[in-house]
Parts: sequence; structure tokens; C-alpha cells
Amino acid sequence: MKKPLSFRRKAINAIMFSATGVCTVLSIGVLFFILGFLLIQGGKFLSWNFFTKLPAPVGEAGGGMANAIVGSGKILLLATLVGVPIGFLAGVFLAEYGHAAFSSVVRFVTDLLNGVPSIVMGIFAYTLIVLRMKHFSAFAGGVALGIMMIPIALRSTDEFLRAVPASLREGAMALGAAKWKSIVTVIIPAAINGIMSGMMLNLARVAGETAPLLFTALSNQFWSPGWNQPTASLPVMIYTYAIAPYPDWHRQAWAAGFILLAMVFIVNITARTIVASGMSNKSRL
Amino acid sequence: MNPNIKNQASVKSEAPWLAQKAIVESDKATAAEINGSPKLQASGLDFFYGNNQALHGISLRIPALKTTAFIGPSGCGKSTFLRTFNRMNETLRHARMQGEVLLDGENILEMEVSQLRLRVGMVFQRSNPFPKSVFDNVAYGPRVNGTRRKSDLEEVVETSLQRAALWDEVKDHLHKSALELSGGQQQRLCIARAMAVDPEVLLLDEPCSALDPIATAKIEELLFQIRNSCTLVIVTHNMQQAARVADFTGFFLLGKLIEYDTTKTIFERPKIQATEDYITGRFG
Repeated sequence: MKKPLSFRRKAINAIMFSATGVCTVLSIGVLFFILGFLLIQGGKFLSWNFFTKLPAPVGEAGGGMANAIVGSGKILLLATLVGVPIGFLAGVFLAEYGHAAFSSVVRFVTDLLNGVPSIVMGIFAYTLIVLRMKHFSAFAGGVALGIMMIPIALRSTDEFLRAVPASLREGAMALGAAKWKSIVTVIIPAAINGIMSGMMLNLARVAGETAPLLFTALSNQFWSPGWNQPTASLPVMIYTYAIAPYPDWHRQAWAAGFILLAMVFIVNITARTIVASGMSNKSRL
Repeated sequence: MNPNIKNQASVKSEAPWLAQKAIVESDKATAAEINGSPKLQASGLDFFYGNNQALHGISLRIPALKTTAFIGPSGCGKSTFLRTFNRMNETLRHARMQGEVLLDGENILEMEVSQLRLRVGMVFQRSNPFPKSVFDNVAYGPRVNGTRRKSDLEEVVETSLQRAALWDEVKDHLHKSALELSGGQQQRLCIARAMAVDPEVLLLDEPCSALDPIATAKIEELLFQIRNSCTLVIVTHNMQQAARVADFTGFFLLGKLIEYDTTKTIFERPKIQATEDYITGRFG
């Protein structure tokens, strides 16, 4: 009786081990495949011109995506200006002032908002801004992405503030600090590393959004000065170039994909470094 | 609270582990002082966490410029009681207080809470330095209350650190993070931080419970130094500590103040059986 049971156990163990292991390898594999492919395909076509030149007309070789790189930068800057302050201050309210029941309702609604498909956000911004202004613009794109940033900005602020030990709040209040003062001078500084990195990951996430921009910023083959014109952005350029029938455009799309990925990567690594430095600070407590 | 109790011949129990010095130290306190004009006075104090009553009708007077200790088993309400004096319990939801607490005869509930906390400072069970530099920690209180001049801040930081017997150890590292200090240093830093606003009363909530005996000895030493300029109220689990530092001791049990008298009386001739059982280690 004993021997078959032990065999069975070993067999199950082996199956579990291989099943979980294979899936792990698969998931890393997909990631590395994408990375490698982009690196080879995109890196191959990357040149100085890509960063400095405007897109070339069809049939003409060369050209770059300088306008899309700048456009993405402008849209993301605007998105940050919209999403971060609103999400941050709302997160402070939830963590520090909100009553438990109210806060949990808001957290739930925020999570729902976070789950809204990005294309719906695009339509929302389209109806709200583009239809009123009667043209596409960097402004509309920035607002659309900014709204998408609010839920995560709010939730990460909320989570990191609530992780600040109650003893610090008490310490500040016991010294006669008013509540707002203790929040500004002790609690937020204690959580700032985590909050900053949350914001950066948030930015990296919306940097690749395409659907909302199709409705709002649209795209542009040329420079778009100011905030009020259709503006090129890397994700939309990738979309447009990748589905076009010209091999030259395909190469540009690969290069753009590589740049976008590199940007997201750098932001991610910076964010994680900030958190890690904060951790080592805390471990000394 | 009858002063004549001292003359009674029958000594119910001697706590053999009490240091002789401590008894002499506490000897200065007389029971009469308890009934004198108090720095802090609680009358008929009830306290509730939701439906749970944590304190039952507590009345006592804490004399000025003396050290008063509260002892008792965990959960007996001594920390809750301590935290009513600077209205720290107000930050808890569902907490409710009945009764009256007076500071120099003035109802603390009618005072501006930040003003009250300036006069009644607090040191917590676990040291809680802010994740800032040593200097910024000590300067926090004065800054919050409007001191801006750098020279003023430098002066108050130095005096406070000296009063907390920490100056010599940190004077060359004032701009290092406070989190790099040792546990005992952090707690002395918290005392310095509380002293920086020059409080009239300092509440200490088990200030040594997370510290080793050497760090504890340093804290007790510094309490001896500041006791003449500040009314100290200390909650402690450590009965030897109460015997060493306190002029008066109150024994709490299940949310009630069982006995309150000079430390000498409480430890040598407690009038109530429960007090004696507790200090001789029969429970708790």
C-alpha cells in the first residue's frame, strides 16, 4: 500500500513542478522574445535622423519621428499635470481625512474607473473637448491620458500614505502640529519615495496608450507648435506606420516601438530604484 | 492617602528586589502633596472605545514638578488614561470621554488642542523619530510653532539635546538621518524633541519597554535631570522603574484606579490586597 502512494506523490510533485516551471519559462520567454525582436528589428533601423528629422513622404527614403517624440513628450507632460495633482490630492484626502465607509466606496469606484477601457476614455475626451473645440489637439490627448492616470495616482498615494506608521502621526500631533501641518511636514515626506515611483509607473503605463489618442490628438506628419493642433505621438505613429503597405514605414514603426519601450523601461527602472532607496531607509528603523 | 499610615507598624510586604536608594529617593514625597494644589487633575473620568468602557470614574491629582507613575497589568487602561491628558485619544474613532480633566485648574477640553499639546508633551512607547535629520527632528516643534530664525533653532536644538543627555553623542552628526541612531538614542531624541517646546508636563508612555537595561538606565538618569523643571507622568510595566523614578504611584486594574499614594507607601505598605498581589508578582 505504501509504495504506490509514495510513487503517486512523487509523480504529482513532478507534474506540478514541471507545469509551473514551464509556464514560468513561457511567460519570461514571451517577454524576452518581444524585447529581443524589438531590439534587433528596431535597433537595426535606428539612426540619428530618427530623432532629428520629420517623417519623409512615401517613397522617399530616410526621415524620422522627431515630431512624434516631442509630441509624446508634450502629451505626457500635460497628462501628468492633469492626472498627478488630482489623483495625489484625492489620495491624501482618502488616506487622511475620509471616513472609513466613504473612503472604501471611493476606492471601489476608483478601481472601476481604472478598469474602464482606454478607448472609452478616448471617446469621453473626444465628446468633451474635441467636439467642442471642433478639432483634434495635443490638449485633448493630454487630458484623455491625464484622466486615465487619476485612478492609479490616487490609489498609490492612498496606499503609501496609509503605510506611514501611526506613531509618526501621533508624534507630530503631540508636538502641537495641526493636522494639515503634520500631513505636509511629516506624513507626505515619509511616503514620498513610494508615491513618486507610483506616479512614474503610472506615466509609463499611459505612455503606450494608443486608442485614446486616436480620438483626441490624432496625428500629424509635421511639427505641431502649441497645444491646439493635431499632434503626432509615438504610439499612434507606430499604429499608422505598421498597418501601412510600405516596407520603409514598417522599419520606422519598429524603430519607434523600440524607442517607446526604451522610454518605458527607463522610467520603470528609475521608479524601482527610488523605491529601493526608500526601503533601505525604512529598514534602519 | 492618610499620612499616618506611615506610622503603622504592620508592614504587609517588603518587596525584596527594591533598591534601597529608590526608597530613599521616593521618601521625599509626602502623601500630603497629593492633596495639595495639582498640576493635573482628573475627576470622574470615564472613557469608552465604542461600547467598551476602558476607564471607570477615575479621579486623581498629579502634583506639579513631581514624577508620577501609573502601573498595572496590560489592558488596565493606564495608557488610555495618560493619553487623555494631551487629548491624544481624540484622534481615535468611536472614542468617547466623560468627566473632567484640569490643567492648572483649566478644563483641557476648552483649550485649543495644539496649545494644550505644547504645554503637555508626550513620549511614546516605541521611539518615533521622523525620517528627517537629528536637527530637524528636534527643531520640529519650535518650527511648527513659528520659530524661524536659524540661530534660535540652533540654540533650542542644543539645549534640548543636552537636557536629553544626547548632545555629546550627536553633536557632530546633527544633519544625519535620525533613523541611523540606535534604539536608545532614538528614544532620547524623542524626549529631546518633546522638550524642545519646553512643556510644563511630559507624559511618558512606557518609554523604555523596547530598550535594553543600559539604554533604560540612561533614560531614567535623564528623567532625574529634567524632573525639577517639568512635571513627569510615566506609564510603566516595570515596577522597579516606578519605584526608582516616581514620587507617586497609581495602580490600575481593569480600568479602575485601585490605589494611589506615595511610591513608598504603594510599594511598602499598600492598603489594598490587589495592589500587594500585583507588586509582589502574584499576578500580571
